[in-house]
Amino acid sequence: MKCLVTGGNVKVLGKAVHSLSRIGDELYLDPLEDGLSLRTVNSSRSAYACFLFAPLFFQHYQAATPGQDLLRCKILMKSFLSVFRSLAMLEKTVEKCCISLNGQSSRLVVQLHCKFGVRKTHNLSFQDCESLQAIFDPASCPHMLRAPARVLGEAVLPFPPALAEVTLGVGRGHRVILRSYHEEEADSTVKAMVTEVCLGEEDFQQLQAQEGVAITFCLKEFRVISSFRTGKGSGMPGAEWDDLAWGSRPLPRPAIFTIKDSLLDGHFVLATLSETDSYSQDLGSLERHRPVPQLQAHSTPHPDDFASDDIDSYMIAMETTIGNEGSRVLPSISLSPGPQPPQSPGPHSEEEDEAEPSTVPGTPPPKKFRSLFFGSILAPVGSPQGPSPVLAEDSEGEG
Amino acid sequence: MKFRAKIVDGACLNHFTRISNMIAKLAKTCTLRISPDKLNFILCDKLANGGVSMWCELEQENFFSEFQMEGFSAENNEIYLELTSENLSRALKTAQNARALKIKLTNKHFPCLTVSVELFSMSNSSRIATHDIPIKVIPRKLWKDLQEPMVPDPDVSIYLPVLKTMKSVVEKMKNISSHLVIEANLDGELNLKIETELVCVTTHFKDLGNPPLASESTSQDRNPEHMAEVHIDIRKLLQFLAGQQVNPTKALCNIVTNKMVHFDLLHEDVSLQYFIPALS
Repeated sequence: MKCLVTGGNVKVLGKAVHSLSRIGDELYLDPLEDGLSLRTVNSSRSAYACFLFAPLFFQHYQAATPGQDLLRCKILMKSFLSVFRSLAMLEKTVEKCCISLNGQSSRLVVQLHCKFGVRKTHNLSFQDCESLQAIFDPASCPHMLRAPARVLGEAVLPFPPALAEVTLGVGRGHRVILRSYHEEEADSTVKAMVTEVCLGEEDFQQLQAQEGVAITFCLKEFRVISSFRTGKGSGMPGAEWDDLAWGSRPLPRPAIFTIKDSLLDGHFVLATLSETDSYSQDLGSLERHRPVPQLQAHSTPHPDDFASDDIDSYMIAMETTIGNEGSRVLPSISLSPGPQPPQSPGPHSEEEDEAEPSTVPGTPPPKKFRSLFFGSILAPVGSPQGPSPVLAEDSEGEG
Repeated sequence: MKFRAKIVDGACLNHFTRISNMIAKLAKTCTLRISPDKLNFILCDKLANGGVSMWCELEQENFFSEFQMEGFSAENNEIYLELTSENLSRALKTAQNARALKIKLTNKHFPCLTVSVELFSMSNSSRIATHDIPIKVIPRKLWKDLQEPMVPDPDVSIYLPVLKTMKSVVEKMKNISSHLVIEANLDGELNLKIETELVCVTTHFKDLGNPPLASESTSQDRNPEHMAEVHIDIRKLLQFLAGQQVNPTKALCNIVTNKMVHFDLLHEDVSLQYFIPALS
C-alpha cells in the first residue's frame, strides 16, 4: 500500500488520528479499494471509530501493489499518533505525507516532507491482524438526527468535564435534550449536579425520532465525536454533518454517528445503556427506575473464559475475516453470555438481556454497560451456528 | 419558601460569575443566604474549616433585573441554603455569552437551585442549558451560627499591597514553612515573615497607607512603628489570595495581635470579609 497526502489534507488526517487516539489504543490500518480505512475500538468494546479516506483524498493512492494481496495491519496508536502529534506543526511545516506499507520489510513507513527540504521518516512496526469491522447499519435505524458538528460541539460545553455519561433524547415539542446521567446511588447524601441542554428542532437539519425516545452513552467519547471537524472552513460547500442514528427499544441499540465529507467518511459507534421500559412524556424527568448497567472494562480479554463473564454482558459484535483472501467466512460473533448451550440462538439471550441482572443477595446488583447491534450479532433461529464466541482478532500474541 | 431571580445584563452576569468563581476557590461548601435586599455567601468558623470564616455580601438590585423571594416566615424572611460552591461557578460558566440567566429554588426529586441559561443560537429557537444544583435547606435553629461575624477592634489597620504580588511571595514561602507571621504597623508597613531552623525570610511592603482609625485614643497612645503581629497557617492565607483573580477596588487588612487577621475587600460593589485565626 502506498499513498500520498498533500496540503491541508495532512492536517485533516492528523485530526482524524487524534480523534481515534482518544477512543482506542490500537489503530487498524486497512487499505481498501475504496479508500484507506483507519479503525479503532476501545478496550471495553463499547466504542468503535472508523474513518474511511476516499482515494480522491490522496494525491496518489494505491491500495496494493499489483499482484499482491491487500495488506492490513494493526499498530500501536501511540506510535502512529506521535507522527501527527502537533497539528500546528503539521499545518505549518508539512507539505506532503507519504504512507507506505511493505509486507516484506514489515514496517509501516510514514514520511513527512517538510519545508526547507526537511524529511522526517518514521518506521513503525506493525502486527498482521484480522479486519476489525463492527456490524452496524445506520440505514436501518429508526431514529435519526442530523446537525452540523458545531451544534453538538456547543451542546456538550455546559457539561462538567468529569461527567461519565449523558442521555440524549427527544422531548416535548420535538426539542432535543442532552442530560447528564447519574446512576441511582444507594448513598444519596451527596447528590450530583444535573445539567441539561435543550436544543430546538431548528438547530437540526433532520430530526426523525419520536418524542420520548432516549439513549444514554459515554460522554467522553461523544466529546471526541463532537470536536472533530475537517476544518475546511465555512466557505467550502458540503459542510460536515453529524448524522446520529440509533435504534429503538426493546433492545438497547448502539448510537451511530456519521460524519460525511466529500473525501472522508467517519463512523463512530457507541454502546448505549439499556433503557427503562417506560418512556416518560417529559424527558425532563427522565428517571432510571432500576439500577442500570455501567461500563465494565475488559482489560485483558480472555476469549475462552466465559464462566467469569456476567450473563448479561455483551460486547460490540465484531466480524472477523480469516486468512488473507479477504473473503468473509461465517461471522464469528463475540458474545460472552456465560455458559450457553449451543442450540440457544438469539431470542434466548435477548430475553436475558431484558431481565434484571442476576443479583447476589447482600451485594449491589451487577452493573454492566450493554451494547448490542441489531439482529446481526446473534445468529437467527435455526441457523447451525455453533457457540463460537471469539473476539475480534486471533489470540496470537495476546498472552 | 420561594426564590426566583433573573439577570439579563451581560456585565452583571460576568460580575456575578466572577464572584461565584472566587467563592468556589475560598470555600468548598458554603451557605447562601437569601434575603429581600441581599445575597450572602457565608462560611462559618467551624473546626472543619480550620477556624476560617468568610462573609460575602452583595446587593441584589445591583445584579438582578427580577428578584422575588419568600423566606421561612414573615418574621424571618430569609432563606439559608448549603451548596457546593463549585457547582454554582460551573453552572455560571455556561452563561458567559448568555441572553439571560434565571435562578430559582426548585424541588425536582431533591431540593435544588436551578440555574437556567438562555444561550444565543444561530437559529431562531433558543438554546437552554439548565443546571440543577443540589442544596440543603438549613433549618431555622442553625441560623444563629451563620450571622455576620463581629469585627473586633483591630490593633492595626492597613491597606494591602497588590494581591498578585502578595500571592506570589506567599506561594514561594509555602515551600519553606507551614506557618507565617503577618505583621503591620500604623506607618504603612507590612511584613510577611517565615522562620525555620535554617532560614528566615521576610518580605517588606512599605508606604501602604493606613485607613483612619475608629478610635482616636488608641492611635495617640501607640507608637506608629510598633508592629502588630499574628501567626497564621500559610495555606489559609494562600487560599484566600488565590481566590482573588481580579485586584479588588479596596483591600484592607486588620490585625488583632495574636488573635486573628481580618481581610476586608471590596470588589466593585461586592464586599468580602475573610477571617483567619491565629495558630494556637
